[in-house]
Amino acid sequence: MSVFFLRRILTLVATLFAASLIIFLVLDALPGNAAQMLMGADASPDAVRALTVKLGLDQPLTVRYLLWIKGMAVGDLGNSYVYGTPVAGLIAERLVLTIPLAIMSMLITVVLALAAGIYTAANHNKLGDVGVMSLTQVGIALPNFWFAILLILLFSVKLQLLSAGGFAGWDDGIWPGIRSLLLPSISLAVVQAAILARVTRSAVLEVLREDFVRTARAKGLGKREVLWRHVLRNAMIPVMTVMGLQFANLLAGTIVIENVFYLPGLGRLIFQSIANRDLIVVRNCVMLLAAMVVTVNFVVDILYAFIDPRIKVSNL
Amino acid sequence: MSAPLTASAATSAIAPGARPVTGFWRRALRHRSFVLGAVLSLIVLGAALLSLVWTPWSATDIDIASKLRPPSAAHWLGTDVLGRDIVSLLLVGARSTILVGVIAVGIGLSFGVCLGLVAAARKGWTEELIMRMSDFTFAFPAVLSAIMLAAVAGPGMVTSITAIGIFQIPTFVRVTRGSANAIWAREFVLAARAAGKGSFRITIEHVLPNILSILIVQATIQFALAILAEAALSYLGLGTQPPQPSWGRMLNDAQTLLFQSPMLAVYPGAAIAIAVLGLNLLGDGLRDLLDPRLARER
Repeated sequence: MSVFFLRRILTLVATLFAASLIIFLVLDALPGNAAQMLMGADASPDAVRALTVKLGLDQPLTVRYLLWIKGMAVGDLGNSYVYGTPVAGLIAERLVLTIPLAIMSMLITVVLALAAGIYTAANHNKLGDVGVMSLTQVGIALPNFWFAILLILLFSVKLQLLSAGGFAGWDDGIWPGIRSLLLPSISLAVVQAAILARVTRSAVLEVLREDFVRTARAKGLGKREVLWRHVLRNAMIPVMTVMGLQFANLLAGTIVIENVFYLPGLGRLIFQSIANRDLIVVRNCVMLLAAMVVTVNFVVDILYAFIDPRIKVSNL
Repeated sequence: MSAPLTASAATSAIAPGARPVTGFWRRALRHRSFVLGAVLSLIVLGAALLSLVWTPWSATDIDIASKLRPPSAAHWLGTDVLGRDIVSLLLVGARSTILVGVIAVGIGLSFGVCLGLVAAARKGWTEELIMRMSDFTFAFPAVLSAIMLAAVAGPGMVTSITAIGIFQIPTFVRVTRGSANAIWAREFVLAARAAGKGSFRITIEHVLPNILSILIVQATIQFALAILAEAALSYLGLGTQPPQPSWGRMLNDAQTLLFQSPMLAVYPGAAIAIAVLGLNLLGDGLRDLLDPRLARER
């Protein structure tokens, strides 16, 4: 049991290190001199040299990499090349938006997907099943940012119910903030829910064919009870796997969707930083996103073991 | 010499490609989602090919005087903010979409299949290393890689192709390795081994032909994902750059004009959705047609 967790944690740590190394190599080793990029091609060599020293870019690559890792361990990510303020603070300001957005879309995704998946599996091959499955086929094909634009067209341009973008913040209570994240999270969720609904449906159908379902029915349990008490728990493994994989898509999606709705989240920060050549901010943001993806998949792995104890044995 | 011949004869008897072609097409034409998917995909492919030889107007010439025209006999879907003809932009955009998709899937397919085949053939720590590396690559969605590449190398078609291609690799590694492992466990591989064939020959002569249909299906679905990723990247300005028209870019341009010309935001998105829907249906259909066992499992 403890060997299982130990192995998983070691893999997690190794993966995070590998990710940090790749990100560092791509962003800091390849481009040459960040100071030159910041000041432009016609800056005087002396000024570039001065800035290089000031930003600590004159030190060897290994030293800079180790300093970054050390900084991450104590929460000091260095200062933005452009604003001069701590990167950690810049990121924290933006996470106040991006994390609630990701949570809201994941919640909507799960509710929509489970409802549609269970409904279609329970009504296998009936009209409702075929109808909902055709809808999911279309949903999978929609680019989420286009769906977002269509929602803006409907709710902001035509009906004028919700604003077309911007973020109200959390200062005036929770509702204005949630309201401004409503369209963004729906547009992120619908496409993901279409995929997850199909997975849920086939997982539930798979379990419905098992012998223990027949046994449960034979001992007198109603269809509904069997579905909720026996089938769902067993169908959750593939559903959770896909949910874990979808989380990466969701984070990538927030970057796109934040740009559609002009939301000042992590995605916008990354784009401003690319435009400003603020590589230290880009580096830390990308690391954070990659770490989130890796960590969520780690948590999913651990959760499997709780749902299905057999996994621990087979993976030792 | 006769033993290897028997082994490959056994393989080709199992290989789906060996079925009579007429039988395949007869079943294919009766398969609804295959036919719909094929028609939609052919429309997009046709649009791209057509744009090579003919477009109603130039897709790059700017004509401010006739900007934001409504649909008319001259401009079937109207014009954009720079006076460019929407139909022409859509046709040329199909070309960018297919170009990026084909190269990105090509990268993912060639690297992914090679690595997957090696993992299945070598087992042991080679397999472990390849699988860990591909798990690791999943931590970098195309948008993240594209952001890193755009930060150091600048945005553009090459950036988006590379980013999408890299993200395609792990999926192909997993699919290839999973299905190749199943083939390695079969009796005819054992027979080929007994006949003295090495891992490399078995992989090329027995494993690859037998997993080809699965790879074709996967490539079709990955192509759809690549189109979605390309659209998102060019929407964000990280992918295809103006003046080269692209559907994602058109959506970005249209968004600033939502109140004046809402329809400009509808056409390019519909084009993307048609292309993706077509490929997904085609992939589903091919899966049913090429491997009836998989179809039943779904």
